[in-house]
Amino acid sequence: MAASYDLDDDGVVVIIGSGAGGGTLGNELAQKGIDVVILEAGARIEYEDFINDEWDSFAQLAWLDHRTTGGGWRVAKDFPNLPAWIVKAVGGTTIHWAGASLRFQDYEFRTLSHYGKVEGANLLDWPLTLAELEPYYVKAEDKMGVTRTNGIEGLPGNNNFKVLKAGADKIGYKECHTGRMAINSADRDDRMSCQQTGFCFQGCKWGAKWSTLYTEIPKGEATGKLEVRPDSHVVRIEHDADGKATNVVYADKEGNLHSQKARIVCVAGNSIESPRLLLNSASNLFPDGLANSSGQVGRNYMRHTTGSVYAVFEKPVHMYRGTTMAGIIRDEAGHDPSRGFVGGYELETLALGVPFMAAFLDPGGWGRSFASAMDSYAHMAGLWIVGEDMPQEQNAVRLHGEIKDKYGMPVPDVWFTDHPNDTAMRNHAYKQSQALYEAVGATRTFPTPPYPSTHNLGTNRMSEKPQDGVVNKWGQSHDIKNLFVSDGSQFTTGGAENPTLTIVSLAIRQADYIAGEMASGTI
Amino acid sequence: MTTIYEQRPGLSRRELLKRGTIGAALIITGNAVISPDRAWGLESAALKPDTMATLIRLARDIYPHDAIADRFYAIAVKGHDTRAAGDAGHKELIEAGIADLDRRAGEGGYRGLGWEDDRVRILREIETTPFFQAVRGDLVVSFYNQKELWPHFGYEGESYSKGGYITRGFDDIEWL
Ligand SMILES: Cc1cc2nc3c(=O)[nH]c(=O)nc-3n(C[C@H](O)[C@H](O)[C@H](O)COP(=O)(O)OP(=O)(O)OC[C@H]3O[C@@H](n4cnc5c(N)ncnc54)[C@H](O)[C@@H]3O)c2cc1C
Ligand code: SF4
Repeated sequence: MAASYDLDDDGVVVIIGSGAGGGTLGNELAQKGIDVVILEAGARIEYEDFINDEWDSFAQLAWLDHRTTGGGWRVAKDFPNLPAWIVKAVGGTTIHWAGASLRFQDYEFRTLSHYGKVEGANLLDWPLTLAELEPYYVKAEDKMGVTRTNGIEGLPGNNNFKVLKAGADKIGYKECHTGRMAINSADRDDRMSCQQTGFCFQGCKWGAKWSTLYTEIPKGEATGKLEVRPDSHVVRIEHDADGKATNVVYADKEGNLHSQKARIVCVAGNSIESPRLLLNSASNLFPDGLANSSGQVGRNYMRHTTGSVYAVFEKPVHMYRGTTMAGIIRDEAGHDPSRGFVGGYELETLALGVPFMAAFLDPGGWGRSFASAMDSYAHMAGLWIVGEDMPQEQNAVRLHGEIKDKYGMPVPDVWFTDHPNDTAMRNHAYKQSQALYEAVGATRTFPTPPYPSTHNLGTNRMSEKPQDGVVNKWGQSHDIKNLFVSDGSQFTTGGAENPTLTIVSLAIRQADYIAGEMASGTI
Repeated sequence: MTTIYEQRPGLSRRELLKRGTIGAALIITGNAVISPDRAWGLESAALKPDTMATLIRLARDIYPHDAIADRFYAIAVKGHDTRAAGDAGHKELIEAGIADLDRRAGEGGYRGLGWEDDRVRILREIETTPFFQAVRGDLVVSFYNQKELWPHFGYEGESYSKGGYITRGFDDIEWL
């Protein structure tokens, strides 16, 4: 049965956020017999209640609290209050996610050494190697039921995949398959197999796709050691005179404030809210915000170099049928500077329904060119580019100078401008993808600009030295021993791969570390 | 309330013709906009019916789908009328924006311009204005989010209740 802890219980580990990082960490700690309270800003919505409708689902799940954005990226102009597409609900963005689960490549943990200095980029090696993380990747893949690992079969390819594969073959790509997906290709872990419904982004109504909502969280609750408190929006983390975190202040559904005591606090609110919370927790002792002696909290905001290419064919494709991310090409994922940029990228199929296609194909677009593209919807195939972007200090999540949320806390302002390396990579990927589709007869292709960020990373980065980053190799803040960061904001650099498998692996590893430190009494 | 109804309005064909409407133009009478074939009508609450008629024309010029009937464009823009009823600022934005279009179009107004290209030329001049942004920004959802239109685009919408596509053609492509 789910546990229930007292607000004055100072023996609990408090985790802020229940997504990929927080939900996994909560279960892992509970399995070890540690008392855990997860505070989640959003509601608890079970998978039966997800909606197969893009805008209705967006209204049901998305984080819509006020945010602002600026910088050179097009999202700032087209979606000035939607820098990122993130879920506010128990399960976090693992409700929306498509399920692509890839390991980082070895050199991606040490890009500064491997690429050398890149002007304007704030590259840094992770204080962690692939070899150290590998055992945890193994555990995460098993936990999430990732296809093409642990003897799990790949998913069948849908129409969108078949077009991608045919194009890949034509232009000589070798590594194209239906992906490593945290989606059941057969019944597993008490969850059924994928029914090719095609609304993966709206939450999987069958529970075939892994989400902490119906895997980690109920498993943790079953130990009697985990309490998940939905509708609990943390506004501040507080500390004692020695600079040790003591409690967190959160608002309930009615806006009433409560204070939950804690032995350890783990921040896992995704890469916009996590740094915002640390900055908003500034005090006399920590005037620049918690864990911010380096000044790096909120900086080095990364979002992967992305973009889409949609292509129209003479005959129908019906790309929206079946898994949203139905296949991948990895041939461009390596580091090959002869292409004119450092790092690599993946090409992954993607489909949007008509409502989202209208909003995202060419934001702001109108007229015959746009309408005729929409008229070709049924004949479209599509893919998404996801590549490593350069961390830049000035790309940052900051506190807004004037606008405050309903709890009186400054809202986050997300500043982002592409690095020239990002632009060069995107242009290369556009060209390759257009060539790929043209090779199978595309009559028209659309190099579609990046959507609001789905992969938000880097704003509390890991570093060997305290002056270079916010947390150490365990996600423990350099400044405050009992304050951890447990989500994608820990990433020192982004890699070319979708981030969630790495977030989950880091959370499993962090749970081992926290349990060890608690046992030895150091925290 | 802004209402759209399918109807044959109580006007005789002769009366309609007397109003001097030309060709396929929308008919304005009282506070209503009526389709030339009288298959539907729209009653406005706050905006001038003339304004509604121009909004419908404008909506089609923004997203021209020749095989989609005016009724769907009317449904897509009626939210402006509903909103204008409770929001004086919005009412002013729309009325002034439409008046500006008419002024730029010269004699006969925006709807009087026979060629889409001529109307689009005007729209390109104003596409960065708050008026155009408000209309287009709303329309991209209010138009494309109409479920009745999805079959036109070949989109099947909700699929869970039908068991997904696992036995309904997720991999049925044959032309590759
Ligand atoms: C459409 C889409 C598709 C995606 N596809 C993939 C994919 O195929 N592969 C992949 O690897 N990744 C994918 N991602 C990204 C993936 O979902 C995220 O990387 C991952 O969920 C991030 O985990 P997280 O723990 O950092 O944050 P989240 O999962 O976002 O969890 C953060 C949680 O914290 C809560 N929270 C925030 N602030 C507070 C606060 N102050 N108090 C209390 N709670 C708070 C939020 O409500 C949320 O529930 C996708 C994302 C989207 C949007
Ligand atoms: S396609 Fe598969 S994984 Fe995606 S929502 Fe449907 S059943 Fe779930």
